[in-house]
Amino acid sequence: MNVVTTDTPIKDSWAMDENVENDPTYPMRNREYTQVPSRPEQQIARVEILQSIERPHYSAVFGETVPPSGLSGQLRRYAFQHSESRYRHWLPLLLADRINVVEELVKDVKNGHIPNLFVEMGGRALWKYDKATLFKKTAFCALGTLAAVWAVRRIFSNK
Amino acid sequence: MKAMNYRGPYRIRVDEKPMPEILHPRDAIVQVTRACICGSDLHLYHGMVPDTRVGSTFGHEFIGIVRELGSGVTNLKVGDKVLVPFNIACGECVFCVQGLFANCHESNTMATAAGGIFGYSHIAGGYDGGQAEFVRVPYADVGPTVIPEGMDEEDALLLTDVLPTGYQAAEMGGIQKGDTVVVFGAGPIGIMAAKCAWLFGAERVIVIDHLEYRLDFVKKYANCEVYNFRSIEDPVLFIKHITNWLGADVCIDAVGSDACGNAMQTITGKKLLLQAGAATALHWAVNSVKKGGIVSIVGVYGPTDNLVPIGNVVNKGITIRANQTSVKRLLPRLIEHVQSGVLSPKDIITHRFSLEEIPDAYRIFSSKLDECIKPVIIV
Repeated sequence: MNVVTTDTPIKDSWAMDENVENDPTYPMRNREYTQVPSRPEQQIARVEILQSIERPHYSAVFGETVPPSGLSGQLRRYAFQHSESRYRHWLPLLLADRINVVEELVKDVKNGHIPNLFVEMGGRALWKYDKATLFKKTAFCALGTLAAVWAVRRIFSNK
Repeated sequence: MKAMNYRGPYRIRVDEKPMPEILHPRDAIVQVTRACICGSDLHLYHGMVPDTRVGSTFGHEFIGIVRELGSGVTNLKVGDKVLVPFNIACGECVFCVQGLFANCHESNTMATAAGGIFGYSHIAGGYDGGQAEFVRVPYADVGPTVIPEGMDEEDALLLTDVLPTGYQAAEMGGIQKGDTVVVFGAGPIGIMAAKCAWLFGAERVIVIDHLEYRLDFVKKYANCEVYNFRSIEDPVLFIKHITNWLGADVCIDAVGSDACGNAMQTITGKKLLLQAGAATALHWAVNSVKKGGIVSIVGVYGPTDNLVPIGNVVNKGITIRANQTSVKRLLPRLIEHVQSGVLSPKDIITHRFSLEEIPDAYRIFSSKLDECIKPVIIV
C-alpha cells in the first residue's frame, strides 16, 4: 500500500466507507450457511419452461415469457439437454436466436404487419445525429440486396 | 399494456402486450414510472447474449407504483412507490442469507451461474423487464424498497443498479487508504465506481476510456484523472509509467463484453462471436494491476469463454473479485449517501425519452450519439 495521505480532490467524504477488514474484499463466504431448512413455495408452470440440467428442479419462481416454439424452440430444447459448461448448450442457443428472428419476421408478415425496419433500428435517431452512418448502412444494405438479386437471377438463368 | 419488444439484433419496437399477472404468492405487479436503459441492455440489443428470445421485454432498472400484491407480500401496500433492485432474490436460499442476493438459487430455472434478473434474456430466468407500463415483480417481499420520503425519483431509479454496481466495484477492489485505482470505462458504472473509490480511501483515481465527452464528464463528476486510450499507444505501458512502474493497486473493469481498443478482441468477440464478447478491458486490467493487486470485474460478459491473460494472473499473484451486484445488501448505506448529498447519481442522466421513443433511445445510447451517458425512459 502507498503512504497514507488525505491530499485528494475529495475532502469531506474521503475514506468514509474505509474498511480495513475488506482485504482482499467483501463479501466473504459465510460457511455457517450450507443448507437452509426449506424452499420458497413453488410457482406452477403454465407454459413450457426449459430447465438447466445442472439443477435438480425448477427454481421456486421463473419467468414465463416467450416459451420455446418452432425450429428455434427445437434447437433450444436440444441445447438444454447439455450442461452450461458445453458449447453444445450455448452455440445452438445462439443459432436459435438468429432463426427466431426470421421466424418472427415471417409471423409478422403473415399477420399482416410489415415491420418498419427504419423505425425499429433507430433510423430516426441516426437521421438526426449521424446521417453519414445512416447513408453508409443504407448503401451497404442496397448493395447486398442487389448482389443477392443478381445471384438468384444468375442461378435461375443458368438452369 | 405498452411494452418494449425485442425483434432481433438492433431491432426493437413498442407493442401491446398482455398485462402481467400474479403467478406466485410473493409476486407484485408494479406500474412502471421510470426505467433506464443500462449498458448491459446493449449486449442484448447487439444480439450477444444467447437465449435472448424475440418478443422479450428488456429493462432491469426501474421504479414504479405497486398496483397488485400476492397473498404472501405483507411488507408493501398497493400505492407504494418502490425502487426495484435488478436482482430477483428469494432472501432465504443459501446464497441470499449470506447477502449474495445476486446469486439467488431460487429465481432462475434456465441457468445456474446467474440469478434471476428482470428483462435479461432466458439465461437470467426468462422474466419480462421494466421497459413497459407494468411488470411482474417476483419475491416482492424481498427486493422492492419503498422510496424514502423526499428522495428524488431519478436518484431512486439509479439506486436500482448503477450506483450500487459502481459502489460494489470499488468495494470488491478492497481499496485501502492510499491506493491508486484505475477504472476502465467511463460509462455510467465506471463513473460511479470512480466516484465511490474515494469513499474507500483511494489516493488517486484514474479513468480510461476513448470517448472524450465521457472523460470530460467523469473528470468533473468524480474529480479524477482521465486518459483517452486512443491517444496513448499502449494503455498498460502508460499506466505502469504513471504508477512508478509498479502498476495500480486496484483495477476495475467497468466495460464488459462491448469493449473496443483491440482489433483481435473486437473481431473474435463482437463480430464473429467466437468468444463471449471482447475482453479488452479485462485484459488491460490484469496487465495493469500491481503484483498482488486486485482486479474487480463488474463489466458483463456472456456465458462462454473469453481470451484473458490468465498466466499473468498466476504470475502476478492477482486477486480477481467479480459478481453481479447484490443491490439489496448495499441499499441502506447508499440511501444514506444519497440523502446526505455525498452521492448524487441522477446527475449522470443526460437523456429522457418516452416509451414510444425507445428504438431511438437504444440507438442513441448504443452509438454514443448526442453525448449520451445515461438515458431514462419516462413511462
